[in-house]
Amino acid sequence: MNFSMIRKTLGSLLIFEAIFFLVPSVTAVCYREWEELLVFLACAGICFGLGGLCALKKPKDPHMYAKEGFAIVALSWIVMSLFGALPLCLTGTASYIDALFETASGFTTTGASIFTGAEIDQMSKSLLMWRSFTHWVGGMGVLVFIIAFLPLSGAQNMHMMKAESPGPVVSKLVPKVRQTAFILYAIYAVMTVIEFIILLVGGMPVFEAITTSFATAGTGGFSVTSNGMNYAPHLQVIVAVFMLLFSVNFNSYYLLLRRRPKEAFTSEVRTFLLIVFSAVALITLNVYFAGDMGYTFGETLRHAFFAVSSIISTTGFATVDFSYWPIFSTLILVTVMFIGACAGSTGGGIKVSRCIILSKGGMHEVGRLIHPKQVKKIVVDGKMVDHETVRSVNAYLVAYILIFLVSLLIISFDPMIANGDLMTAFTSVAATINNIGPGVGAVIGPAGNFGDFTILSKLVYIFDMIAGRLEIFPMLVLFSPRTWRK
Amino acid sequence: MKIIIVGCGRVGYSLAGKLNADGNNVTVVDTSAEKIADVMGQFDIMGVVGNGATLSVLKDAGIDDAELFIAVTNSDELNLLCCMIAKKEGNCETVARIKSPEYSKEAEYLQKQLGLAMVINPEYEAAKEIARVLRFPSAMRIEPFGKGRVELLSFRLSADNLLVGQSVREVMGKLRANVQLATVERGDDVYIVNGDTVFAEKDVLTVVSTPKDAVDFLNKIHQKDFSVKDAMIVGGGIITHYLCEILERSGIALKVIEKDYDECEELASDWTKVTVINGNPSDHALLKEQGIERADAFVALAGLDEENILLSLFAKEWGVKKLVTKINRIDYDGVLTKLDLDTVVCPKNLTADMILRHVRSAKSAKDGNMENLYNVVQDKVEAVEFIVKEGSRLIGKPLSELPFKQNVLVASIVRNGTVILPRGNDSILAGDSVILVTKDVAVVELADVLA
Repeated sequence: MNFSMIRKTLGSLLIFEAIFFLVPSVTAVCYREWEELLVFLACAGICFGLGGLCALKKPKDPHMYAKEGFAIVALSWIVMSLFGALPLCLTGTASYIDALFETASGFTTTGASIFTGAEIDQMSKSLLMWRSFTHWVGGMGVLVFIIAFLPLSGAQNMHMMKAESPGPVVSKLVPKVRQTAFILYAIYAVMTVIEFIILLVGGMPVFEAITTSFATAGTGGFSVTSNGMNYAPHLQVIVAVFMLLFSVNFNSYYLLLRRRPKEAFTSEVRTFLLIVFSAVALITLNVYFAGDMGYTFGETLRHAFFAVSSIISTTGFATVDFSYWPIFSTLILVTVMFIGACAGSTGGGIKVSRCIILSKGGMHEVGRLIHPKQVKKIVVDGKMVDHETVRSVNAYLVAYILIFLVSLLIISFDPMIANGDLMTAFTSVAATINNIGPGVGAVIGPAGNFGDFTILSKLVYIFDMIAGRLEIFPMLVLFSPRTWRK
Repeated sequence: MKIIIVGCGRVGYSLAGKLNADGNNVTVVDTSAEKIADVMGQFDIMGVVGNGATLSVLKDAGIDDAELFIAVTNSDELNLLCCMIAKKEGNCETVARIKSPEYSKEAEYLQKQLGLAMVINPEYEAAKEIARVLRFPSAMRIEPFGKGRVELLSFRLSADNLLVGQSVREVMGKLRANVQLATVERGDDVYIVNGDTVFAEKDVLTVVSTPKDAVDFLNKIHQKDFSVKDAMIVGGGIITHYLCEILERSGIALKVIEKDYDECEELASDWTKVTVINGNPSDHALLKEQGIERADAFVALAGLDEENILLSLFAKEWGVKKLVTKINRIDYDGVLTKLDLDTVVCPKNLTADMILRHVRSAKSAKDGNMENLYNVVQDKVEAVEFIVKEGSRLIGKPLSELPFKQNVLVASIVRNGTVILPRGNDSILAGDSVILVTKDVAVVELADVLA
């Protein structure tokens, strides 16, 4: 294990976090929140000092391998959340564990909050900005950001990028890792700005347009008012469309920019759109005809579209509380919670591409039972999926289910759940491990929050959120004793 | 520079690494997914799995905006086909590797007709290098610079050498030799020589001078000199063919030992003056029968690296004075130096150097054009030659006043055909050809040597 490289990378991470703190600092200046400004600048100072100390000494051996990549990524996300939680705690807004939950939820773009609507309405603008900004930083990944802006060299960065980027296969757009990271961030930033401008033109107040754009871009889901997404219908549609756009594989945008539209519409993107379409159609019909919600057909369609888009992109915004929809519609939403967004996007969940590989693999298994000697390969977009990828997807699913079950067992002791509310227990884990935010039910639904859970449950949720964002294996590598053995 | 390499064998792999280290955007194409995964894990490059002669794969690799296309697969025909398609489809220079002597004879025609920027022939380059050291056996390696006016040569100091145990300052005052001492290799380490360097036995010393002065210097320091009259070559592959061609009229009697009878026949019919023996070279009795102890030079060119190393060690036991060993695959440079194998020739590195030279000279047009690049010690010490252009920062001031980086040595200057071994008060003029020896400094532009 190359400890000095880990130290150095974590050092540069803290320096970048210090820079990130400047965004809410500027907000604090704009809104004349001097106390908060002091806290943010102090936090920036702490991060800069510590990071500078760690990054100062050059490591003797700059070589990193896959295990260092995994460990660095997992550690970075933990360290980043630990320090990012300071402002919420130092301003006295929340206890440290609550602040940590909120920050981890922000960076992992989960959007699950420990605050009630009333508390959010009272919160200062700079803290709200910091919450939403964590979404933007976490969406594309902070190490990808560091790779894009620090002159680190070598193929070893690919290990970090692979560990941080979602999806079964992480490929480069251009030969250099650094340029690849830079292109991804450029597309991400430009799309965020476009959404901001459209929302602004659509009539959203500037502050909310900024925070909503950050939260949509990272597919996070923190709102800055207790009203959530109760904006004018056209604004809701804009946000819903952008949530979908940010949950498409960013490689597709690059291919579109390179004028290769045929390759951009991969089977993953097509399947993703098909799932969205079917889910919206089913929910609209179900809610309109079976539900007793009193919406017109147009309203039903809009709410269904927004809910599906919000859940499948793993953002977690809500226009209405879908907990009270007919159970069929709610279960469809729970299903798309697990499917999640496309690989290589800012969204979470199992990822559409993995679902494609898994379902094709399952079908082939049935085929093999009927024709035992049949030779069949999983082919996606005309290319054979190699054995390694299939194996890692299967392993991922197993690890995912195990973590899910263990988390469920631990939180079942929580007094909030102990009364036997399976839906709350199940969707609370699903909403955190898939980085969505709100679950289903009165406690953790769009109208509720995670504030009343015990510290143990909150720690489990924090682990689930980070494990879910990093797709589990970096966290398992970090906590495996074999990683640290000499 | 955006570069596509087709074929990720030994040559492709080492090329990808070196071109990437120089800061180019490299994409490698190979049919083997395993090889692509391997090379991508090692270097910061992009990999595409597929047949490099198909348009769709080349499009994937980005042929549209590539500037250089290099085909180094194992098949000459495939390389030529790849280059043809790349040339038609993209707007790039193309380089093809050709190894068969049949095509090699027509290399110029092919180059012209197919619009190739360069044809590389690792085997021919290796043969040329071997021929050079056979003509000048006291040197481990020789590389000509400045259109042959200057030579860089390395040799190992034997125990009775005059230099051993003395410092550079003492020796050079006494000898009055017209040579520039460049580097000393000791074990795995390399140093740029300075006044305080003290020589030890078994050091490998590299000097730069005119060919005549080099001979003079070697005589002065009692480096044992001899000439090769009889050379025994093991293995009758492509390099051997080229070597026979180059050395045909050199007066060196060649004896080739080859296992395969058909290969023997081919060699014997092409090169009538060469003695071709059909037999197993690992058979010691055969080597003795063929007079290994009387040979002046032993050249191991068999297929397997391990076989070559062992055969050379065996020849050394028998007291053969000049050893040449071909190494293709093995990268254990450190271990090989300890074995004291004399000259080691590595075709894949020679090829990589040639292309590197081409790429760097395409880039370095600003203050000087790169003429030659030679890896004295792989990945550590390079010798580069530049034609200095008007406006370069190196012009005008005496060398002692220029802010050179550490480990940069101005080894010689060729001005209007005369060779100058520079001292501190010499200065560089526009149009000069400058030969620099650098350690751990990649020189792409001439200005890179200045701090």
